Amino acid sequence: MKSFDYVRPATVAEAVAAAAQPGAVYLAAGTNLLDLMKGGVSRPDRLVDVTHLDGLDAIETLADGSLRIGALVSNADLAHDANFAKSYPAVAEALLSGASAQLRNAATVGGNLLQRTRCAYFYDTASRCNKREAGTGCDARDGENRSHAVLGWSENCIATHPSDFCVPLVALDAVVEIEGRSGRREIALDELHRLPGNTPERDSALDPGDLIVAVRLPPAARVFSTHARYLKVRERTSYAFAVVSAAAALRIENGKVAEARVALGGVAAKPWRARPAEDVLRGVAPTADAFQEAAWRALADAKPSGDNAFKIELARRIVVRALLLAAAGTPARLPALPASPFASTSGAIHA
Amino acid sequence: MPELNLTSAPAHLRHGSNIGQPLTRRDGVLKVKGQATYAADNHPPGMLFAVMAVSSISRGRVASLDVAAAKRHPGVVDVMTSSHKPPLAIDPEIKTNPFVFRMEVLQSDEVRYAGQPIAVVIAETLESATEGALLLAPRYETLPALVGLDAGESFVPPVVGVGNPSEVHRGDVEAGLASAEKQIDATYETPPQYHNAMEPHAIVASWDGDRLQIDMPTQGLMLSLARIAELFGIAHDKIHIRSPFLGGGFGSKGLMSGPPTLGIMAAKLVGRPVKLVLRREQMYGPVGHRAPTRQRLRIGADGEGRLTALDHHARTVSSTFDDFYEPAADASHTLYAAPAIRTSHDAVRVNTGTPLFMRAPGEATGSIALESAIDEIAWACGMDPLAFRLKNYAEVEPISGKPFSSKALRACYEQGAARFGWAKRSLRPRQMRDDAGLLVGWGTGTATFPALMFQAQARAAIRRDGSGVMEIGAHDMGQGAWTALAQIAADAVGLDIDRVEFKAGTSDLPDAGIAGGSAHTATAGAAIHSAGAAVIAKLADLATNDERSPLFGAGNAGVIARDGRLVRRDDESRSESYAEILARAGLAEVEASGTGAPNPAAMEEYAMHAHGAVFAEVKVDPELGQVRVTRMVGAFAAGRIVNPHLVKSQLFGGMIWGMSFALHEEAITDRRSGRIMNANLGEYHIPVNADVPPLDVITVEEHDPHVNALGIKGVGEIGITGSAGAIANAVWHATGVRVRRFPIRIEDLLTQS
Repeated sequence: MKSFDYVRPATVAEAVAAAAQPGAVYLAAGTNLLDLMKGGVSRPDRLVDVTHLDGLDAIETLADGSLRIGALVSNADLAHDANFAKSYPAVAEALLSGASAQLRNAATVGGNLLQRTRCAYFYDTASRCNKREAGTGCDARDGENRSHAVLGWSENCIATHPSDFCVPLVALDAVVEIEGRSGRREIALDELHRLPGNTPERDSALDPGDLIVAVRLPPAARVFSTHARYLKVRERTSYAFAVVSAAAALRIENGKVAEARVALGGVAAKPWRARPAEDVLRGVAPTADAFQEAAWRALADAKPSGDNAFKIELARRIVVRALLLAAAGTPARLPALPASPFASTSGAIHA
Repeated sequence: MPELNLTSAPAHLRHGSNIGQPLTRRDGVLKVKGQATYAADNHPPGMLFAVMAVSSISRGRVASLDVAAAKRHPGVVDVMTSSHKPPLAIDPEIKTNPFVFRMEVLQSDEVRYAGQPIAVVIAETLESATEGALLLAPRYETLPALVGLDAGESFVPPVVGVGNPSEVHRGDVEAGLASAEKQIDATYETPPQYHNAMEPHAIVASWDGDRLQIDMPTQGLMLSLARIAELFGIAHDKIHIRSPFLGGGFGSKGLMSGPPTLGIMAAKLVGRPVKLVLRREQMYGPVGHRAPTRQRLRIGADGEGRLTALDHHARTVSSTFDDFYEPAADASHTLYAAPAIRTSHDAVRVNTGTPLFMRAPGEATGSIALESAIDEIAWACGMDPLAFRLKNYAEVEPISGKPFSSKALRACYEQGAARFGWAKRSLRPRQMRDDAGLLVGWGTGTATFPALMFQAQARAAIRRDGSGVMEIGAHDMGQGAWTALAQIAADAVGLDIDRVEFKAGTSDLPDAGIAGGSAHTATAGAAIHSAGAAVIAKLADLATNDERSPLFGAGNAGVIARDGRLVRRDDESRSESYAEILARAGLAEVEASGTGAPNPAAMEEYAMHAHGAVFAEVKVDPELGQVRVTRMVGAFAAGRIVNPHLVKSQLFGGMIWGMSFALHEEAITDRRSGRIMNANLGEYHIPVNADVPPLDVITVEEHDPHVNALGIKGVGEIGITGSAGAIANAVWHATGVRVRRFPIRIEDLLTQS
């Protein structure tokens, strides 16, 4: 194993200073980073362990009604927080459909946002990958790319962002609080992840040293709690990334959609907010036909990046289904098989 | 290795004999407590860590390695390469017998597949060795990789599987097809699959002069020992292998492969004990896999649904440097009574590690294609698929014409169908829905696996205190040999199981044969049975020839061994304990050996197979194409069931494996580089607990007087066969979409909604 420095800063300011050095990376639970290091994909010179920093592990409701989630809250703790699950059910469902119970126990909120793509060519250090090593080329483009992006990709990179958690978060206008060298700032989660363009080596809008300290859900995110779902199609019931997923949230007033939120997962280098779909639903009755139209709009710009045209049709169908499920109402309890098309199957054991 | 502390008195109450009792596994407590010592848990003093560097290209040669950089890394002790390694006594390219496969042990700089070992870094710590391997930064001269079933000119291999003819036929297939009222002609594809035992291949090797101590999981202690002796030019009795537990093998730990050999070489090179453990991704290359297949089935049936011909051709691949051919078409030899059957194979050579036996080699790949095709012809005939299978039930083995030694398949069909509720199935597909609107489909598949026997020896002793000893170098791969074989041993010497010291898992014990081919319980069991009978006969000799014994004059055939006593068969009031007999004879113990072997005369006369019928229910989301197996019932007839508890576990495991085959498992190969792109357990999908529905296993009573003395047929592999096809057929029945490329993918089912 490559030797590296391990530092455990006492304060956020110290952490930012330590991580701003070239070759430094933050270490939280390490559920992604350690795999990358073992595979030689990531070879940092310095790990800045933030797991002991104070004040980053709280879930708190702020005066204005927004919810602030500390970056070190574990995926499992957040999903199992009763108030959280009740107020943001699609987010809890997405969390519980991700990874495995063991990983969710360890993985943090901040780490989830910053996990790297699961593109096999990114992980295979013998392959060319513009994301891993800028300017080397993309072996996925003509490779085994059945699971790759259908939206927002470029000739330089067709990788997808694998997070489930981020999909409903981006639909609910989540905000990311960042501590950096020039102090604190915040950006919309939708602005955090970058599309590849000509610089796929940059996953996010973060600068060296930037530390995500919290994710905030605005007060308006609560209004969808009675009509919000996450749906994930995958190749096995647990411990598999989405082939395609969707979050759908509706505010229904007087039999009409007052406001809709739709986002897709597994289709692009970022959680994909589908605003054209939301726009077309405003003020219409929540019918299957309306949802079909929304799905078409959501995928209007989609194109296959390889052997993956099916994902476009699948994504449309998932958007329709997620909207139908949301319209039907959030179930009183999270399903035993969260986010699964088989959530309603009787006798299902927990995933 | 500390003394094994197996549970001696399981909590279950037992009544009567040991065989047939559902004992829990005797190694269970050790494993739950983490006290079972697997090979890599051994750390002899002075041990170093070895890490393989493997090739990232599939074809070409290693042009350079930066050995100096690796050696400069702190902790690195030495770097073994093709130009710096201890000599072997024999060229590893030489095949000295059919069970020897060529291995890569740095004999040249040629690269023949991705993942081939090209150097071994030996260091004080695992971390140092790992970094040293990275620092080698190999440069290659690369040639275009041969990848996939169409990589090159195909050829007909001389044999497939283990010595099976690559083409077999009976009757006139073309005439049978021409005369058929209904015909199907369908092509199925199965992907490359990797064994992925939970425990990676591992070795801890220590040399002491010319003596070699090895901890290594192996399914074949004696085959491994013989291969090591040959490779290193040392006598068999200089080698000691311990393999008390395997964390699964599934065929990949059956024969000596390159990586453990490299571990022994590394230990020799540095003169210290060395541990070498494969990383998960390194298990996708030098330790075997299941080759991909493309199978074409042409089947004809007459107006009443009787088969007129069955033609099964399989294309597969082998490596560029050795020969193993997945005998997929052979699955059509035994199940259905077609008057004309032809099976044939061809193959192409690709840049891959040599394919090998993987749990139900040939049977698994062939079964999913055959059972799908049988479903297709049944549908073409407008018949229920179970009725079609019964109509074409083979009363004798179709190709050989031999009667079966036993075949309770009809009872399997009946009991399985009744338990499943098959009678309520709609004939037409896409007719059944559940309350939530999900498509529901029911499918069936027939299971079959040959009842094999290999050669084994065992040694039994009765000690002066009346206890017994049974010694056999048997292998517990997780299937429960420590328990099932001990049950056979206890009955063989007429003692309770906790009165018999059962020794297994080391190479200094009598050869138990390979733990493969679902034959270990039968083979080792037969040797144990015979050794027990022999030692009891010696004891009986002592007693019946001694006028002071109450058994005097009873004659050998006149006593039975029971609960530590010999009892006169014709007068149960006359008996004597083992201890009394030995005490009077002044002996510390009596011992005897026994053998287990196939019976050529019986094999000449009878076809010997286990059978079963699997029924599966799937639900399919009509729009999204995701499939969930919701119910499975498997009814199996496999001769005598030594331990119903362990047998059920084996059959459950097989059925889950079949589910994996139908819906999940696939090694994804980059078509340009030949590298496996999902060589990890995150992306190489096998079912997780949440995928597995309630499974129902019925073991159908079957007495087979011909297979071996105990009537055991074996259950290690049969559960896969039938199950994969049953699920594929259920998916068709749910959706009306016949998917012929496995695993079945979401996009295959998106075509209609």
